[in-house]
Amino acid sequence: MQTLNFDIAIIGGGGSGLRAAIAAAETSPGLNIALVSKVYPMRSHTVAAEGGSAAVWQDNDSLELHFSDTVSGGDWLCEQDVVEYFVQNCTREMIQMEQWGCPWSRNPDGSIAVRNFGGMKVPRTWFAADKTGFHMLHTLFQTSLKYPQIRRLDEHFILDLLEEDGRAAGVVALNMIEGELLQIRAGAVVFATGGAGRVYRYNTNASIVTGDGMSIAYRRGVALRDMEFVQYHPTGLPGSGILITEASRGEGGLMLNKNGYRYLQDYGLGPETPMGQPKPKFMELGPRDKVSQAFWHEWRAGRMVSTPHGDVSLLDIRHLGKEKILERLPFIRELSMQYMSIDPINDPIPVRPTAHYTMGGIATDKNCETSIKGLFAVGECSSIGMHGANRLGSNSLAELLVFGEAAGRWAAQRSKEGVKVSPTALDAQADDTESRFKTILQQKGKEKWVTIRNEMGLSMEEGCGIYRSEELMRNTVDKLAELQDRVRNVGVVDSASVFNTDVLNLIEISYGLNVAEAMAHSAIERRESRGAHQRLDEDYQQRDDENFLKHSLAYYNKDAAPRIEYESVKITKLQPAKRVYGAEGASQDNKNKEKGNG
Amino acid sequence: MADAKKLLLKVQRYNPEKDNAPYLVPYEIPWDDQTSLLDGLQYLKDCVCPDLSFRSSCRMAICGSCGVMVNCVPKLACKTFLRNYSDGAIVEPLANFPVERDLVVDLTHFLEYIEALKPYVIGNARKPAEGPNTQTPTELARYHKFSMCINCGLCYAACPQFGLNPAFLGPAAITIGHRYNLDSRDHGRDERVQTMNTKTGVWSCTFVGYCSEVCPKHADPAAALQQCKVESALSFVTSILNCKKNKEASHGNKA
Repeated sequence: MQTLNFDIAIIGGGGSGLRAAIAAAETSPGLNIALVSKVYPMRSHTVAAEGGSAAVWQDNDSLELHFSDTVSGGDWLCEQDVVEYFVQNCTREMIQMEQWGCPWSRNPDGSIAVRNFGGMKVPRTWFAADKTGFHMLHTLFQTSLKYPQIRRLDEHFILDLLEEDGRAAGVVALNMIEGELLQIRAGAVVFATGGAGRVYRYNTNASIVTGDGMSIAYRRGVALRDMEFVQYHPTGLPGSGILITEASRGEGGLMLNKNGYRYLQDYGLGPETPMGQPKPKFMELGPRDKVSQAFWHEWRAGRMVSTPHGDVSLLDIRHLGKEKILERLPFIRELSMQYMSIDPINDPIPVRPTAHYTMGGIATDKNCETSIKGLFAVGECSSIGMHGANRLGSNSLAELLVFGEAAGRWAAQRSKEGVKVSPTALDAQADDTESRFKTILQQKGKEKWVTIRNEMGLSMEEGCGIYRSEELMRNTVDKLAELQDRVRNVGVVDSASVFNTDVLNLIEISYGLNVAEAMAHSAIERRESRGAHQRLDEDYQQRDDENFLKHSLAYYNKDAAPRIEYESVKITKLQPAKRVYGAEGASQDNKNKEKGNG
Repeated sequence: MADAKKLLLKVQRYNPEKDNAPYLVPYEIPWDDQTSLLDGLQYLKDCVCPDLSFRSSCRMAICGSCGVMVNCVPKLACKTFLRNYSDGAIVEPLANFPVERDLVVDLTHFLEYIEALKPYVIGNARKPAEGPNTQTPTELARYHKFSMCINCGLCYAACPQFGLNPAFLGPAAITIGHRYNLDSRDHGRDERVQTMNTKTGVWSCTFVGYCSEVCPKHADPAAALQQCKVESALSFVTSILNCKKNKEASHGNKA
């Protein structure tokens, strides 16, 4: 097996991986950096983010407001010191992106424009029309080409982590084109491998979002934290799940039921705001968990529109007018026309909630380092404690930058400390990985990975969807255990070494099953309702700070259910309070202001 | 799906470890009005031939992974709908690239060409603490269209010149370089044109314009190339004039 030596190995070429690579290259120009990705970096799922990236910008905004929006948006399950660092660094990162060439949308005078987003008190979402993720990813990718010390290993699939004395020492990867395994040794490893939305059947995610890094870290003993919190985005296209950006509502779009009624006013987000005058934290500018939950209630009440691809609500942006739609939401129009044969200039867009984002992930400290020294995690695969029980839209693109930069810098520092490795021990680990891979490649059996994937996706939707119950979650937990057995009997048909996606699909689904189990077990153990985790069981419909103002930690248990533990939440400035939006939220804000002034 | 409409896709298969040459295999695909070609290929992978290899990721025409030839026209599979091919279609890997396997091609050169044109801001020392550059919507509009390239490679598959001469930097790479040349924040034009205004750069292009026709994001590479040629010609003329002037000047000095 070929061995390559680097100072840092970054796994994943999306926004956080690229930002980490650039930060490492800039702060420590002498280091050799591997950027390893199972796809070309510009194929990474960051590319599909649409609406924008948050950073305090306007005079009427403040770091305190971004902080409190994020912490209350996360239903107080956020690490407050982490959020504080985050809001302090967002603006610098957005400006840095500007200086690297990101085509941010502008005001007529050439200054940066910002837009409204759900759960944000003041417009603070920087955007590049409705292709923000695309422009950010390409800007980062292209900027990374400046640094000769960043060596890309494109289309290399990660099979395992190399460790020496509880210290990360590299990874084993498969070169997908050559079909050969590679030992990549490094003094620090950064996982920037993205989320796991594909464990759900119906989701907004790219097919590559399969939880690879989460699963590898988990199997190596690192906790997956807060995995029960999975975000349903309120507006996906029926059938495909393709994302229709929250910016549609930020710009003034309306959510309607089949009677043309703006139903969000009945779910704690009212009173109704006038058409064309979106008001922060009211109605359509509520946070994603609340808006998706409102859909569920309306759907149960039979007030949604039936279509061949399931029941939908209607997202109406017609009143914005052709000019604004073409300027601010051109991609949304293109997607609606291509995939739904609907022109939103003339007709409302049919939408429904769809699995979108994993708030939880690989547990890290505030320097992005995991419990394995030298192993860092950043971006959607990680849980640094940013998002709590519900992420606000436009906070994740900002997270990629702020913590991508931090992870790159800290990883560089850790790498420079050096790692004492015994080459023979690492060779032995790599050989072991190779023999396990070869065993999978020759696996025989009657099962098909497609069946496992579909049953997992359906079961996650049923048990760990917008609303959850003991019984439904129990079914999912049982189903996942069954699938863990059955996945060992999947027959691999393809024996080729070049671009063998038959075997890689199987491995991705195995990774996904681990992540799904962590989600389902964390969910069933959380006997309360908070943020994106809402229970129908009578005793658990309320938030229970006494027992559950805690992060869950899921630990891998070979051939058994994960072990679920808890740890406290770091609260510094903002004590837990009732989480309210609309008129009730405004009145709470006023009371707080009076108290503050008094 | 039993009573679903079906059509015939002939898909090129090739496993370099087994096959001497690529060959077409017909497959029956169920479809409805929403089924994309990518859905069709995924159906094959899931239900018929798990050993079929193709690239895909976002399935919403923004990541650029799934370019293939459909009836000899370069297309993104996810943005191509089977409703438009009810009589069937032939699906092959992107033309003008070496085939690795089935529908997967080797993009190495393409990536190298993008890199060769230094697609990043050059010569702007502004730091984040100094705040963002000012850029008016008019200045943004000068390059905006050219920043839409998703690196899918369809324009290379469409380009007859790239087909004849793989050393040609090609439409997308030049478009991306040109995008930075037009950006009011950038001062790297002089560095880039050394690579751009060469025989393997803009002067390889014979302005067939097919690249813009197949571009799924309307990034209009043909327009970028034409603008580059005009600039290149102008700078050539200017350099001759300058050279003449310099010669006259030095002549004058001697005299």
